[in-house]
Amino acid sequence: MVLDARIPSGPIEKKWDRARFELKLVSPANKRRFNVIIVGTGLAGASAAATLAELGYNVKTFCFQDSPRRAHSIAAQGGINAAKNYRNDGDSIFRLFYDTVKGGDFRSREANVYRLAQVSVEIIDQCVAQGVPFAREYGGLLDNRSFGGAQVSRTFYARGQTGQQLLLGAYQAMARQVEAGKVQVFPRTEMLDLVVVDGRARGVVVRDLVSGEVSSHAGDAVVLATGGYGNAYYLSTNAKGSNVTAAWRAHRRGACFANPCFTQIHPTCIPVTGHYQSKLTLMSESLRNDGRIWVPKTKGDKRPPNEIPEEERDYYLERRYPSFGNLVPRDVASRNAKAVCDEGRGVGPTGLGVYLDFADAIARLGRETIAERYGNLFEMYEKITGEDPYRVPMRIYPAVHYTMGGLWVDYNLMTTIPGLYAIGECNFSDHGANRLGASALMQGLADGYFILPYTIGDYLAQHLGERVTTDHPAFAQVESEVRERYHKLLNASGKRSVDSFHRELGLLLWDHCGMERSQKSLETALAKIPELRQEYHDNVKVLGSAESLNQSLEKAGRVADFFELAELMCIDALERRESCGAHFRIESQTPEGEAKRDDERYSYVAAWQRKEDGDGWTAHKEPLEFEYVQLTQRSYK
Amino acid sequence: MNLTLYVWRQAGPGEPGAMKRYDVPDVSPDMSFLEMLDVLNERLLERGEEPIAFDHDCREGICGSCGMVINGRPHGPQRKTTACQLHMRHFRDGDSIYVEPWRAAAFPVIKDLVVDRSAFDRIIEAGGYISVNAGAAPEANVIPVPKDDAEAAFDAAACIGCGACVAACPNGAAQLFTAAKITHLGLMPQGQAERQRRVVKMVAQMEDEAFGSCTNHRECEAVCPKGIAITTIARMNRDYLKARLFGKG
Repeated sequence: MVLDARIPSGPIEKKWDRARFELKLVSPANKRRFNVIIVGTGLAGASAAATLAELGYNVKTFCFQDSPRRAHSIAAQGGINAAKNYRNDGDSIFRLFYDTVKGGDFRSREANVYRLAQVSVEIIDQCVAQGVPFAREYGGLLDNRSFGGAQVSRTFYARGQTGQQLLLGAYQAMARQVEAGKVQVFPRTEMLDLVVVDGRARGVVVRDLVSGEVSSHAGDAVVLATGGYGNAYYLSTNAKGSNVTAAWRAHRRGACFANPCFTQIHPTCIPVTGHYQSKLTLMSESLRNDGRIWVPKTKGDKRPPNEIPEEERDYYLERRYPSFGNLVPRDVASRNAKAVCDEGRGVGPTGLGVYLDFADAIARLGRETIAERYGNLFEMYEKITGEDPYRVPMRIYPAVHYTMGGLWVDYNLMTTIPGLYAIGECNFSDHGANRLGASALMQGLADGYFILPYTIGDYLAQHLGERVTTDHPAFAQVESEVRERYHKLLNASGKRSVDSFHRELGLLLWDHCGMERSQKSLETALAKIPELRQEYHDNVKVLGSAESLNQSLEKAGRVADFFELAELMCIDALERRESCGAHFRIESQTPEGEAKRDDERYSYVAAWQRKEDGDGWTAHKEPLEFEYVQLTQRSYK
Repeated sequence: MNLTLYVWRQAGPGEPGAMKRYDVPDVSPDMSFLEMLDVLNERLLERGEEPIAFDHDCREGICGSCGMVINGRPHGPQRKTTACQLHMRHFRDGDSIYVEPWRAAAFPVIKDLVVDRSAFDRIIEAGGYISVNAGAAPEANVIPVPKDDAEAAFDAAACIGCGACVAACPNGAAQLFTAAKITHLGLMPQGQAERQRRVVKMVAQMEDEAFGSCTNHRECEAVCPKGIAITTIARMNRDYLKARLFGKG
């Protein structure tokens, strides 16, 4: 297989224009002859469904939640970036592009990132027109704030609920198309496999989570907008239902999976309290605008934070990175937090925590301003911990948050299976080895509103009238495979719950393929994962039947796929013997302990193809070429 | 802490259900309510009993998936807090806790604590949007929005669609949910063109569903985890009246 990224030629600022001109168009009258299947209804999926329907295509959309409005994009707090330069502080499309490529530690595709920066400005226009209640200044114009990895203020926000408001905008745009009869929504319906006919994606097999019925849907193209795989670690900031099954099943049918080891650990999450912990809660990165991060200078200092005098505190980010201070990118902030905790200077009952302190900001700006900016986050913190962050510094610790890796896509967002597209977090394309804050919302909406709706036409135009229906034997074959998988899980009649296995797998990944990785840790994980996976299939206990609502069975299927993915994550991490962004190989660091890239050998995207016999993977490499950004050792000092 | 739970168990839609007693020992005060249910479910599984089904997803109080009546109150005893954000430190050792699904004609039970809230989606589909196609939007700063209007719109837009308002209402009415969206969009300048049409269509859909009518009990406001105010209902009624009397809705 040759990976062809299909990047248009010409200067970078003209590539997207050129692509739009060269892509084949589907005439307005023909659009209604095409059916597009979209899986997932988060920012990417809902915006794509709405836009494709507006263009005239017929859309079917699927989500496992009881309503498309509940997709996990809703939990994004801080904001969305756009190169509007409303602050007059020197921002531009090129600067957003540059910051994103640098923030990703030079492991993303220049052309994709430039396009993302270009359409970012249109996203804000679109969302404002939909009535999204963004934060405003007294003059009525849009307000901005700063985020990590940038020295300009380009983040638009709606209190600490930006994801919610943007998702409701996309959900409502989609609801309008439901009313118009162009979108059909299937809630509480999970995609369990992809149907490929003659090498092209022609439909999906889904399970109705209420009745348990397994059925098929055929379409002219399939779009996956199914989010990331952070829940492989069990504990993450993802919603409990977030899973990799749709993407993984597509991978098993031939779609290459790119850079699976690029997983982002977010620095500001509420620390773990006990073994019963079911998930971790993020505290928005925007808090780092006004909060100062510190630990005691002395090991094992157990005094309450307010009794530790100023001169005995170590504001370690401000000390080590004077120009970016508390606003260094996520990977840098996370590793530094781990380092001070490993030194024994961590705070809180477990010693795995650092302070995020608002005392100075409250003294400078007043409690009211802080409440206006972060009120809901402070409330949420207090609900979970029982502590009031207006009076006591927050305690935070890094947690798995976002996955930069995902299905490999070309410039048109098509995977290596013709007719199968991947958008939003579930593709690998824009964030390299580390995503900057407020860029996930930007990418999801860029893909859904402004990129996929054009690029998908190019494929469809070439296949007018080539209809496949669910009567094709491939559908019955895939359906029976799906049923068999579920019956195996139900019939294992073992002794251990799905959650107990998932926790064990998650801990194994966190310890061996988490914030730091080494050859030794990865080899250990690769020896243990297959054993644990085998035990899972022999000894898992799932009660109930497949013919009704069965939440244990849903989880069991998802965890089975996480087991397979976990192995590939470790293989990818092992093969990439350099550090870059969130992928930190302890063998490869600068004298100051920063990630040290090896551009000579690893300036590529690793795209993994599963072998036909299911025994292992073949690695493909898409070389990354940088014409507009000079590769440097990232410095935020 | 040691607790006694009484939980509604119902095998499927239309099946008879009943409250079932479970003793739950060793509960940590730092657990969330749903984590306490997770622990109970693990123990049920060990004993060979089917776990309790309940909706949940983000566990951060924003997706609106979770919803259960805890000791007679939707989302439980803590104000402005969803069940997933309720922590066990708000209960005492030895407490008995009663857990039931939303009870409303428009939200039929699917299993145990899981109900069907799709009526909410149909209300939004009837008109809870501003009609603008991707690509057609004007420059974002062309229309200034007074800060106070944007803030008030946000307060209404904060609705998470959980359905607690309906569950708390003695009439099972959906006025607060519907009014929150009408208020959000009606306060934004972008929402003016469709304001009358929107309120008429959304109210019509609300009335077509199995919801009751509002008789000003204010129970909805008291239990709303996002603190949506019933002044939104007054605004909806005013908009509706205007549209029906003078408008083209």
